[in-house]
Amino acid sequence: MTGRPDAEVIDLDPQRRRGARDAHSPAEDPDGPDSPGDRAPPAGGLRGDVDGAVEAALAFLRRRITGDYPIDRFGFDRELTEQVILPLARPLYQRYWRVRTTGMEHVPAEGGALVVANHSGTLPFDAVMTKVALYDDHPAHRHLRELAADLALRLPFAGPLARKTGSTLAHGEDARRLLADGELVGVWPEGFKGAGKLYRDRYKLQRFGRGGFVGVALRAQVPIIPVAIVGAEEIYPMLGNVRWLARLLGFPYFPVTAQFPLLGPLGIVPLPSKWVIDFGPPIDTAGYGPEAADDPMCVFELTDRVRDTIQQMLYRNLTARRSLFS
Amino acid sequence: MAERSRRRVLITGIAGVLASRLATRLAADDGVGYVAGVDLREPPEDLDGVEFIRADLRSPLVAKVVESTQVDTIVHLHVVATPRAAGGRARMKEHNIIGTMQLLGAAQRAPALRKVVVTSTTAVYGSSPNDPALFKESAAPDTGHPDGYGKDAVEVESYARAFGRRREDVTLTILRFAELVGPRVDTPLTRYLALPVVPTVLGYDPRLQLCHEDDAVAVLERAVHGDHHGTTNVAGSGIVYLSQAVRIAGRVPVPVTMPFAHGIASVVRRAQVDLGPEQLPLLMYGRVGDITRLRERFGYAPAYTTREALVDFLTRREVAPVLDPGRVARVERRLHALLARPAKETTP
Repeated sequence: MTGRPDAEVIDLDPQRRRGARDAHSPAEDPDGPDSPGDRAPPAGGLRGDVDGAVEAALAFLRRRITGDYPIDRFGFDRELTEQVILPLARPLYQRYWRVRTTGMEHVPAEGGALVVANHSGTLPFDAVMTKVALYDDHPAHRHLRELAADLALRLPFAGPLARKTGSTLAHGEDARRLLADGELVGVWPEGFKGAGKLYRDRYKLQRFGRGGFVGVALRAQVPIIPVAIVGAEEIYPMLGNVRWLARLLGFPYFPVTAQFPLLGPLGIVPLPSKWVIDFGPPIDTAGYGPEAADDPMCVFELTDRVRDTIQQMLYRNLTARRSLFS
Repeated sequence: MAERSRRRVLITGIAGVLASRLATRLAADDGVGYVAGVDLREPPEDLDGVEFIRADLRSPLVAKVVESTQVDTIVHLHVVATPRAAGGRARMKEHNIIGTMQLLGAAQRAPALRKVVVTSTTAVYGSSPNDPALFKESAAPDTGHPDGYGKDAVEVESYARAFGRRREDVTLTILRFAELVGPRVDTPLTRYLALPVVPTVLGYDPRLQLCHEDDAVAVLERAVHGDHHGTTNVAGSGIVYLSQAVRIAGRVPVPVTMPFAHGIASVVRRAQVDLGPEQLPLLMYGRVGDITRLRERFGYAPAYTTREALVDFLTRREVAPVLDPGRVARVERRLHALLARPAKETTP
C-alpha cells in the first residue's frame, strides 16, 4: 500500500512540487511555473499547516481566475492535473479499487518511454488509474501522456479535460515529439476492442492494431514498457453489446453490463474489484535501430513480442490473484 | 553599397498595419534602394521614403506597376481576412483571389524579379477534433474548408506555388501566420477578445496560438533579405486556452450551447467583430502550428510567447479588464486574513 495519511487534503504546496516539476519540464512554453508572488513560502509570523494550505488554496484560485498558469503546447495543464484531477482520482486508486502497483522500478525516472498496457473495463478507468500510479507510486512522480482515441477528445467537457490532463490524439508525429521531449507516453493498443470485450473474453488480449505504437518507439529509440492491468475487466462486467444502438448513437459499443441498464443511472457505479498494475521489464528498441520502423517484419515481430509479454504478465498475475474483490 | 545591388521592393496591401510597418523598416534600411506600396486605400500615416501607388490589384494595371517600378522583390500582404472591412464576402474573395492572380501574372513576366513573399495563415490547416496537436508545414491544407479566409488562403497558396513552378529562378517564401495580435493590428480575434462578454461554445476549450505583430514584421523583413524558399509557420511560442485568454483579459465568458452558437456567431459578426460562423471550429477545437521550422530553418526565435503577445495587446491597447486582477488579489488577501485568524488563534 502507499502509506499516505488518510486525511490528505488537496496538496497545494507549490514549493515541493516545483522540485519535481523542474526535474522534467519538457514544455517549450518558456513561461515560468510560478509567478513571483507564489514562490515565497508563507510570510513569517504565520504558522500551521492549515494556514499554509489556506494561503496556497487562495493563491491557486487567484491564478486560475486570472489565467496565470502555464500550459504546454499540447495543452497539458500540470497544475490542474496535480492539484485537482489527480486528488479526485486518488480515492478510487487507494480505497475503492485498492490498486497494488508492482514493477515501478522498471519505469525510468526521466527520459522518454512508451508504456503499453491492456485495455478493459468499458470506460477508460484503467488509463486514469495508470496515471495515478505513475504519479503517486513512482519516486519521480511522472506524468503519463496518454494517446487517446479521437472519440475521447471529441466529446464536449470530457475532451478538453482529457487534453488538460495530458492526453492527445494518437498521431505518430505528436507521439514522436512527446517522446523526444522526454515524456512518458501511454498507449492501449487494443483500443475499443479491448474496452468493449465481453466478460467471457476477459483477459484475452485483442488484436494490437497495426503496430503503430512500435513504429513510434523505434523511431524515437525509447524503451517499451509492457504493463498488465488486472481488475479492470470486472468493474463493468459486459454481458452484451447492442450494436444497432451503438451505430445509431455513434458509439463504438453500447454495453449491457451487470449494472447497466438494469440499475438505470446507478449503472455508472463500477464494481470495487481489487486491481493490480504490473510494470514489466522494458523492451529495448536501441538494438533494432530507428530504421527498423520501416521494416514491416521487424515491426510485426516486435508487436507480437510486446503482446505476448503482456499476455504472460496477465496470466501470471491472474493465477496469483486469490479473489476478485480482495 | 552600389545603387544597382540595392533591393527594390514592392509591397501590396500597404494600407495594412504589417505592410506599413515593414515598408517603414525597409525604407530606413541601407540595403534597400526603393520601396513602393500598392493599395486602393492610403496608408494610415505618411510613410517616409515609401512611394505610394494607388491601384486596384484586381485590375491589369498591376502589370504596369510591376514593370515600371522594376522591383526585384514583391511582398504580397494584400490578403484580407475581414469580410466587413473589405465590403462584403464577395468583394473580399475577389480581392484575395483575383488580386493574387493578377499580381502573380504580372510577376511572371517581370525579368528583374528575384523574390516573392506571400502571406498566408495557419487557418489553411483547418480546425477539427481529428487534428494532430501540432501542425507541421507538410500537413496538407484542409480542402474541405467552409467559405472564408482559410479557403481563400488555400487558393492563394496554390496560385503562389504554381507561380513558383513556372519561375524557378524566383525564391518563393510562403509565411503562414497564426492569429495576429498587437497594439496596432486589428483582427477579428483581437476584437473578439476585447468584447466585455465573450461568447464561447459550452463544453469546448480550444488551444489558441497567437503571433505578435512585432514578430510578424521581423519575420517579413527577414524573408525579404534572406533566401528562404518554402513554407513556414509563424507564431509565438507556447499556447493559451481560450478560457485562459478570456481570464487573462479579465473578460466574462458566456458559454453558449452548440445549437445556439451559430446564431450567436452571426450576431457577433454583425456587432463589428467580423468573426463569423465559419470560425466556430477554431473556437471549439483550436489550432496550433509547429514552429520548429521557423526556429531552425528560418533562424528566427519569436520574441513574444502567445501569452506575452496577448498581454502586450491587452495592456497597450488599454483593454480594461471587466474582472480586474488587482481586485482579485485584494479579495484573496482579505479572505486570507479572515481565514487565517481563527487558525492562528488555535495554534499554541
